[in-house]
Amino acid sequence: MRHLMTPLDFSVEELERLFDLAADIEREPSKYAHACDGKILATCFYEPSTRTRLSFESAMIQLGGQVLGFSDAGSSSATKGESVSDTIRMISCYSHICAMRHPKEGSAMVASMAASIPVINAGDGGHQHPTQTLTDLLTIRSLKGRLDNFTIGLCGDLKFGRTVHSLINALVRYDNVKFIFISPEELKVPDYIIEMLKEKNIPFEEVIRLEDVMPSLDLLYMTRVQRERFFNEQDYVRLKDFYILNKEKMDLAKEDMLVLHPLPRVNEISVEVDEDPRAAYFRQVQYGVYVRMALILTLLELA
Amino acid sequence: MLNIGKIEEGFVLDHIPAGKSLSIYHHLQLDKLDCTVAIIKNAKSSKMGKKDLLKVECDIEKMNMDVLAVIDHNITVNVIKNGEIVEKKGLVLPKEIKNVMKCKNPRCITSIEQELPHIFTLADEKKEVYRCKYCEEKFDKHSLII
Repeated sequence: MRHLMTPLDFSVEELERLFDLAADIEREPSKYAHACDGKILATCFYEPSTRTRLSFESAMIQLGGQVLGFSDAGSSSATKGESVSDTIRMISCYSHICAMRHPKEGSAMVASMAASIPVINAGDGGHQHPTQTLTDLLTIRSLKGRLDNFTIGLCGDLKFGRTVHSLINALVRYDNVKFIFISPEELKVPDYIIEMLKEKNIPFEEVIRLEDVMPSLDLLYMTRVQRERFFNEQDYVRLKDFYILNKEKMDLAKEDMLVLHPLPRVNEISVEVDEDPRAAYFRQVQYGVYVRMALILTLLELA
Repeated sequence: MLNIGKIEEGFVLDHIPAGKSLSIYHHLQLDKLDCTVAIIKNAKSSKMGKKDLLKVECDIEKMNMDVLAVIDHNITVNVIKNGEIVEKKGLVLPKEIKNVMKCKNPRCITSIEQELPHIFTLADEKKEVYRCKYCEEKFDKHSLII
């Protein structure tokens, strides 16, 4: 029995198989419409996350399975003081696979140690959110046709952005990926990531202005820059427009460049960009469902 | 000066930093053993000024000594047979250690679920850095010892 705790739990070869399966699901969904007949997915969400929970539930329903669960700690027995280990032991009796989100780091690991069913980490605080990374990778692979030989710009809050750190760690396993980090000084990529890139001899650049690097990007991964992350209001006002992607900046980009975003978007991508064929963030949401379908099948050993 | 006699069979932990012997006594769970244990605190030491010692009359093979390296790798472990030192054991940082250190990350699941064992894996032997099994935060071992 396997669980998914971090994006690196799967080798590159295993990911290839997972993404091949997701691609087949995309091509011929009807083939998988009853693949999970009689199976139940439990979505144990100790904190609200509508997007991720619905994506998992949609994935299971499209596979012919059923779902049960709770969507915030208030409606679970956690309010009565039940531990994660006890809850997952109970859930193991009710379902065949579990997706868990919890505000504390390592909670999914604790669940996996006590569970008798596969556990998927659907986000454990600021620690890991592996299915977001799998979604990002599948989107790139499906729309670019490859996971190597490209320049990716990561823009916005690169210091606290969990999705960004996971994506970098996942992409360094592929050949010839160059990183361009676009962020204000206060929100630069943590040192340990820079050290890791240097150690592996992976090319990277750190810049402040998005405009300066737009022409060289094959992919742009946008994230939100929150006002409260800045030390002072002047810096926020001075820099915020650098990180708003609009039509003007898109005009500087390559014709086949793709824009990704883990969503929710606030104002960092103007709605005018949505119509641009290079805007891939809503297609990314769809790939999130495909990759979760492939993951459920793989962990239930039904693939 | 207080004199404690030689032991015939067992082991002596020497060069324990002064004040640490009781912590080691608990971590080695010596209170659960039915054997003679001498705790010597603040003994004079030419090398350390003051040091603690533990003399234990029990087979060292029954003991999990991993904790010693985590507390201080300069502690000397002398194995005693027939009243003589027959072996000096070297201390190596264990690859994994349980319930000797406590995770200090307030966002870690161990901060709210008290019954969980605190498990750390060795991340960097040279820098003596351990990583929490759950939240994966790295810490200098000295900042973690309970």
